[in-house]
Amino acid sequence: MTLLRSWREGYALPLATVLLVLLVIWYAAAVWLNAPQVISIVFSDKPDWTLRELVDATWSMERPVLPAPHQVAIELYESVFEQEITSRRSLAYHTLVTASSTVLGFALGIVLGVLLAVGIVHVRTLDRSLLPWIIASQTIPILAIAPMIIVVLGNAGFTGLLPKAIISMYLCFFPVAIGMIKGLRSPDPLQLDLMRTYSASPAQVFWKLHSPASVPFLFASLKVAIGISLVGAIVGELPTGGQEGIGARLLSGSYYGQTVQIWAALVMAALLGMVLVALVGLAERLTLQRMGARP
Amino acid sequence: MTAPDARTAAIDIRKLSLTYHTADAPVLALSDVDLRVQRGEFVSFIGPSGCGKTTLMRVIANLVEPTDGSITVNGMSPEQARLQRAYGYVFQAPALYPWRTVRRNLTLPLEIMGMAKAERRARAEKYLALVGLQGFENKFPWQLSGGMQQRVSIARALGFEPDLLLMDEPFGALDEITRDHLNEHLLRLWERTRVTVIFVTHSISEAVFLSNRIVVMSPRPGRILEVIDSDLPPDRTLDVRETAAFLKIAHRVRVALRAGHSYDD
Repeated sequence: MTLLRSWREGYALPLATVLLVLLVIWYAAAVWLNAPQVISIVFSDKPDWTLRELVDATWSMERPVLPAPHQVAIELYESVFEQEITSRRSLAYHTLVTASSTVLGFALGIVLGVLLAVGIVHVRTLDRSLLPWIIASQTIPILAIAPMIIVVLGNAGFTGLLPKAIISMYLCFFPVAIGMIKGLRSPDPLQLDLMRTYSASPAQVFWKLHSPASVPFLFASLKVAIGISLVGAIVGELPTGGQEGIGARLLSGSYYGQTVQIWAALVMAALLGMVLVALVGLAERLTLQRMGARP
Repeated sequence: MTAPDARTAAIDIRKLSLTYHTADAPVLALSDVDLRVQRGEFVSFIGPSGCGKTTLMRVIANLVEPTDGSITVNGMSPEQARLQRAYGYVFQAPALYPWRTVRRNLTLPLEIMGMAKAERRARAEKYLALVGLQGFENKFPWQLSGGMQQRVSIARALGFEPDLLLMDEPFGALDEITRDHLNEHLLRLWERTRVTVIFVTHSISEAVFLSNRIVVMSPRPGRILEVIDSDLPPDRTLDVRETAAFLKIAHRVRVALRAGHSYDD
């Protein structure tokens, strides 16, 4: 149904075209990048190789520089569907680990971002004192600070999900705070005057005017925040020594030169990101519909 | 001390002045304004843009503070009156909250005042019917025309049954046909409810058609030039605008406006 509709509305054809072009480029690049290795190792005792044999060989190496799309697809299928979901060999298991720390970090980031925004909008001194620090916090490369967070929290007795979620939170509270500040300040003077004529209390003005007015801004931020929350979770999995999660899969793949495994994990991360963004988009549509947004 | 007659008056303004302090120079927005409005009157403020009519209304509503002089609203200071929710304010734009349905826009002041849910619903129904919008309870503002939105905002101001209705060019942004229709509607509404209405406009025919008294104001500094009484029949319809009595009053308003208008700016 959805596919049919998107086809009718004209999304599917351009999408499929782009996908096709990407696949062609990918296959060509696989030949280009893997050929030197194939010629020097596989064909070292077989100087009369044909182009046909070369292409076949570059698309079926065990540890290629760039695996062909079908190799990635097969690895993806096998590591998701042909393993026990509780097994360390299952990509589905690692994806679930990453997804749960992403979602936990996202939730923490929303709480922190909203609290900061409310404080900044309502307390003038916080506006002056906090905002520069918030902006500065985002200029530190996350790759530099992630190991510190893991180590410090590990020493304090926190391991597993929470430290990774903290890294996600560190990244994703920022767009939430910025969006909410804008949203909480969005009511126009007339809407504010109206509340004054009712002699509404500050709490009533907040709950009945400022917070509903900020919801569209919040959702715009959440779509950005969920994506970088996933990035934060994966980065957080790198310094843990490669135990669990998509980040750990990437790390162990690179230890052992398992490029097919790396690419499968990358594709999985992209799919997870798309699903999460789509879920936030769905929540946005349902909420804004209830709040009278034009369809 | 409040004068004894101030207690009966809906609004009593004496020697009121207001100066805005802007970046380059202080601006005298209102100068030496004296005005008494009795309960149940329909009084219009008319004058060119910048004559301070909206400012005067905002002083009554306690949205700005006067610099000098005294003012009472229902015998209280404007602030007390506002805290007691003595007036309903209708703005130039409908100022509906877009995330609330028509019904919930109407019940917004009632929620703030802590009214029980069943009563809120009943009130919303009653006042929506009064402005002729039954059946639109569950629509959102964007689904309504501009005139309908302004009717919702009038119903919202009437819904908590204030004795005083402050209307700041409520039909200014509407086309003339809708405006005529709403004028007649408002007059019937006033006849039924008999609340005191202060109505800001820059349309002469609107002012004359609706009001008992027309307060003509002049700009820079804003002051009252003349207060013109109108004795048109109470059950008048739009046709009254063709009568000699109407045209006579409209002429007086026009002459007063012209007298106050300096063309040196």
